[in-house]
Amino acid sequence: MDPLHRNNVRVLGRDDGQPMMFAHGFGCDQNMWRFVAPAFEDDFKVVLFDHVGAGDSDLSAYDPDRYSSLDGYADDVNEICEALGLDDVVFVGHSVSSMVGALASTGAPRGRYDKLVMVGPSPRYIDDDGYRGGFSRSDIEELLESMDSNYLGWSSAMAPVIMGNPDRPELGQELTASFCRTDPDIARRWAQVTFLSDNRDDLAGVDLPTLVLQCSQDAIAPVEVGEYVHRAIPGSTLVLLDAVGHCPNLSAPGATIDAIAAFVRPPAAA
Amino acid sequence: MLTEDPQAIYDEAPCGYLSTSPDGRIVKVNETFLSWTSYTRDDLLGRQFSSILSAGGRIYHDTHYAPMLRLQGSVREIALDIVTPDERRLPVLVNATMQSDENGDPLVTRLVVLDATERREYERELLRAKQRAEESEARAHALAHTLQQTLMPPSLPQIPGLDLAAVYRAAGAGTEVGGDFYDVFEISTDDWVVALGDVCGKGVDAAVVTALVRHTLRAVSVRTSSPAEVLQVLDDVLQHFPAQRSCTLVLLRVRRDATGWNVCISLGGHPQPLLLRAGSAASSVGETGSLVGALPEPEFLEADVGLEPGDTLLLFTDGVTEARSGRQMYGDRRLRAAAEQHADSATLVHALLDDVLTFQSGSPRDDIAMLTLTVRQ
Repeated sequence: MDPLHRNNVRVLGRDDGQPMMFAHGFGCDQNMWRFVAPAFEDDFKVVLFDHVGAGDSDLSAYDPDRYSSLDGYADDVNEICEALGLDDVVFVGHSVSSMVGALASTGAPRGRYDKLVMVGPSPRYIDDDGYRGGFSRSDIEELLESMDSNYLGWSSAMAPVIMGNPDRPELGQELTASFCRTDPDIARRWAQVTFLSDNRDDLAGVDLPTLVLQCSQDAIAPVEVGEYVHRAIPGSTLVLLDAVGHCPNLSAPGATIDAIAAFVRPPAAA
Repeated sequence: MLTEDPQAIYDEAPCGYLSTSPDGRIVKVNETFLSWTSYTRDDLLGRQFSSILSAGGRIYHDTHYAPMLRLQGSVREIALDIVTPDERRLPVLVNATMQSDENGDPLVTRLVVLDATERREYERELLRAKQRAEESEARAHALAHTLQQTLMPPSLPQIPGLDLAAVYRAAGAGTEVGGDFYDVFEISTDDWVVALGDVCGKGVDAAVVTALVRHTLRAVSVRTSSPAEVLQVLDDVLQHFPAQRSCTLVLLRVRRDATGWNVCISLGGHPQPLLLRAGSAASSVGETGSLVGALPEPEFLEADVGLEPGDTLLLFTDGVTEARSGRQMYGDRRLRAAAEQHADSATLVHALLDDVLTFQSGSPRDDIAMLTLTVRQ
């Protein structure tokens, strides 16, 4: 299985630049980075990909066992790095992919990763003894139900497009423009893996310079969770973005770019 | 002429209207939405739209709705639950468009909210029906698999001096019980019966006949050492069985003699087995006989073959030779060539199965059964 095909990998930017790999989170695909990634193409080799099940990844590559924990997704990331021969990678992960990056870096040979950027990370979404993740187990059940009812609407809306309508090309365009599409069964499993995982113990093992980018008003990963991640990763940097929601890469791309740039391009020594 | 007041059109519309700032704060809301939800305008103005959703809906909003809206400029038919001040849930469908300035920066988002209480109930029914259908399909799959296993020996017996190997692969996705089967059983020391056959049709009806064929072969073989006689009795049994199904069969009586093993072969409408002997070309053995359970005056013949150390006898069903790739058939010649090329008898059936499956691009249209009998060197 070719990981570059499997994960719909796209390489842009400077061929001889330091690799910067962008990983999308739950609910979308690599389009998530369209307002942020271009800002780094002048200086970096920008690598974009879709997790298996999302976007234009190879759905036939989805193996419920492999992807029953975040480790399977982390293995994919490492396989992409191997296939492209990448070293010294700046890994930028949004949401659940922050944890994927943490797992990938701790399981990889030294030198493969240089820095880690976590955008809206949460090592555990469900409240636990003395820990506030923001959600209860029944909230997650409710999410799965909510996804089911949304995909019911989706599949019927997508059906005419999937069946092919050569006499109505505008339907094809609609499909191209419909971002963040995910196979419903896979999305459901991914939601379970994402929201039921507990990666708190993995954070202490991260030994890369790490930036935690936290939105000031994020219902999915609240500020106190971002602070928890910052405390748990030795030597990490926490930057609070004045932004609402869980996707600053879409809602506050300018501030997101500035924060990542300041972290990956330290001011030249005087 | 009837005139309409724009304010009334907005406030009294048969749907909820909301406008939010780019970061999701409600800036305008109509009366219909307020009366449906029992929120007051003051409750809502300045508040995040996602904050009045159920927890699950909020996650969906933040991970799906908001990104799609930003990337596409609009979303349609998003199913959400609004939580009212008295903790009621109002299932709604939301369409939204995002207005942007000339630089593409968002200015305002407009939402239309439709009450979807009954539709959601109907959708839940549909989902439950879909889940039930998936469950029964899985059960049918498991049932077919279990039934299939009862029609074949769970493992092949150990025969001193003889090596046995067999493979079976059901047609298609394996949701139905196939008609191919095989059996190996002992009559007395150094006296064995080997059978491999193909019952016409598939599914439960064929499985019933397969079980009958197996048990008849076992019962009758105890009384006679002639495989042709056994086929004669089986023919009679099948002709009198209400299912009226025929089968093809290769039946071997395998006995040790002074120099090696003697195999007495009788065929009932079945492809001839192949004898594989080092240094010679593969040769077909056995005399062709009638389909079992179909003809008024069937004829079953016998042929004796002496097996020497190193010899292999390959039994197979027509799922092997009649495998198709487009207009091409796998055929006898290809089977002989493949069998002659493969030197290791222990893995021969597996190698042949791989070859036949590859030939059909992995999805066989008919069941496949193969069995080999090799005299140890």
